[in-house]
Amino acid sequence: MLNVYNILETIRMIQDECLDIRTITMGISLLDCIDTDIDKACEKVYNKIVKCAKNLVPVGQQIEKEYGIPIINKRISVTPIAMLAAACPGENPVKFAKALQRAADTCGVNFIGGYSALVHKGFSAGDEALIRSIPEALAVTENICSSVNIGSTKSGINMDAVKLMGQIVKETAEKTADRDCIGAAKLVVFCNAVEDNPFMAGAFHGVGEPDCEIHVGVSGPGVVRAALSKYPDASINELADIIKKTAFKITRMGQLVGARASELLGVPFGIVDLSLAPTPAIGDSVAHILEEMGLEMCGTHGTTACLAMLNDAVKKGGVMASSTVGGLSGAFIPVSEDAGMIDAAVAGVLSLEKLEAMTAVCSVGLDMIVVPGDIAPETISAIIADEAAIGMVNTKTTAVRLIPAIGKKEGETLEFGGLLGSGPVMPIRDKSAAKFINRGGRIPAPMHSLKN
Amino acid sequence: MRAVITVIGKDNVGILHKVSGICAEMGANVIEVTQSVLQDMFAMIMLVDITGLSGDFSEMVDKMTALGNDLGLSIHTMHEDIFNSMHNI
Repeated sequence: MLNVYNILETIRMIQDECLDIRTITMGISLLDCIDTDIDKACEKVYNKIVKCAKNLVPVGQQIEKEYGIPIINKRISVTPIAMLAAACPGENPVKFAKALQRAADTCGVNFIGGYSALVHKGFSAGDEALIRSIPEALAVTENICSSVNIGSTKSGINMDAVKLMGQIVKETAEKTADRDCIGAAKLVVFCNAVEDNPFMAGAFHGVGEPDCEIHVGVSGPGVVRAALSKYPDASINELADIIKKTAFKITRMGQLVGARASELLGVPFGIVDLSLAPTPAIGDSVAHILEEMGLEMCGTHGTTACLAMLNDAVKKGGVMASSTVGGLSGAFIPVSEDAGMIDAAVAGVLSLEKLEAMTAVCSVGLDMIVVPGDIAPETISAIIADEAAIGMVNTKTTAVRLIPAIGKKEGETLEFGGLLGSGPVMPIRDKSAAKFINRGGRIPAPMHSLKN
Repeated sequence: MRAVITVIGKDNVGILHKVSGICAEMGANVIEVTQSVLQDMFAMIMLVDITGLSGDFSEMVDKMTALGNDLGLSIHTMHEDIFNSMHNI
C-alpha cells in the first residue's frame, strides 16, 4: 500500500538526488537490410530504423510524464555495421554512417550505436574497411557511436586489431580536433563486449538478439550517496546492505519503465542494465559515493576495495528487482562524466594506473580519459592491450575510451559539454611499447583452471 | 488506475480548491487526501482515480505543473505504479 513516507522518498530521489532513467535503448537488427548495392542497403537501413523507432521518442516522453521520472536519453543500437559492409566490398562504409545519422535525425534520438566490428579472433570481410572508416564516419556525423571488440576470454586478444585501433583512436581525435576531439569520445574498444548493452558509446545489437527489443539503463549515484550519508558510523557490511536496498529501488524503476515502453511500442522487453551511471552534474557522482564511504578523495589507497563492494552490492540489489538483467551492469567510472572523478584527476590523486586497477572490479573500463595529444598510437594500443588483458583474464567486459587531446598537454582541459562533461589531460608513461605492439598476432586465450 | 498528486510549498488561500478543481475538470475522482501545514509550509498528498479521465493523463500532468508554477508550489502528478513498484516486492 501507498504511504506518505514512500511517496516523499521517491519524489526526493528524483528532485534532489538526480535519480533518472539514463536511457531507453531500442535494439534493432539490420540483418535483413544486407544488400550488395550499398545505396540500396543504406535505404533499407534508414527505412527499417525509422519503421521500428518512429515512436520511441514520443513514447519515452509519455512515460516521463506518466511516472514523473526523467528519461535522459532515447537511443538506438543496431547490428554491427561491419556485417552489412561485408556485402559491399570496395565501397566506403561511411555511407552507412550517414544513413544512420539521417535515421537518428528523423527519429529524434540522442545516439545510434553500432558502427561496429567484432574482430576478437580475426578480421572477416568488411571488418577492416569499417574500422579504417571510423575516423571519417565519426567526423561527418553527430550522433553515431562506434565500437570494436578486439578480445574475449574464449578467443584471446587480437593484437593486430589492437595495433590498428591505436592508430584509429588517434586519427579519430585528429579529425575532430576543432571540436575538442569529440570523435574519440564516441569510439570505444572492447574486450568481451556484450550484445544487449543500452549504454553508449559501446551499444550494438548482437546477432543473437531478437529483431527488435527495448533495453533500459538506470542511473542514480546521487541516491546511493544520499542514502549512505545518513549512516556515518555504519560498518562496511551495513553500508553494503544500504546500497543493495537503494539499488533495488532504482532498478525497480528501470523495470517499470522498460515494461511500459515495451507495452506501448509493441516490442519485446530486453534487459535492465543495473548501472550506476554518473553525470557531470553536482550530486550525481560515483566518486562521491566512494568518498562517502570514507575516502578523503577518490583515487587514493582503498578506492579499489570501496568500488568492489559498491559494484557487487549494486548487482545484488538490482538482480531481484528486474525480471531480466543484462548489459554491462555495474558502477561506471567515466572520468570526464563524473564531477568527483574530474576533481580527483585534476588534483593528481586519481591516476591512469589506479583507474586501471579499479576497472578490474567494476563495470567496463578506462572510460572518457583525456590523454596528451602527442601520445603515440602504439601507446594507445598498449593501454588497450593492458585493459583487454584484465577483461580477458577476469572473464568480464572491459573497454577503453581514450581521447587524445590534439594540441594539448598535461594540465589543460577538453570540454565536451552535456553528459560527456569535461576532462583534464592526464599524464601517461613516456617509455614506448612500440616493439611489443608492432609484433602483431594474437594473445592466446587464458587457462580456465589453475586460477590464481 | 490511480495517480498520486503531491503539493509542497508555501501555504496560501485556495490551494486544495484549485488542485481539486483541475481534478474535477479532468474527471479524476479524489479518493483520499492527506494534508498538513507546518508553520507556513503546506504539504498535501492526494490519491485520485484516473480511470474515467476526460483527456490524456499527460494533459492533467501539464495542468498541474502549470498550476504549481503559477502558485509558486511544487506539484508532482505521478502514476501510482511508480511508488508501488519501487517500495513493494
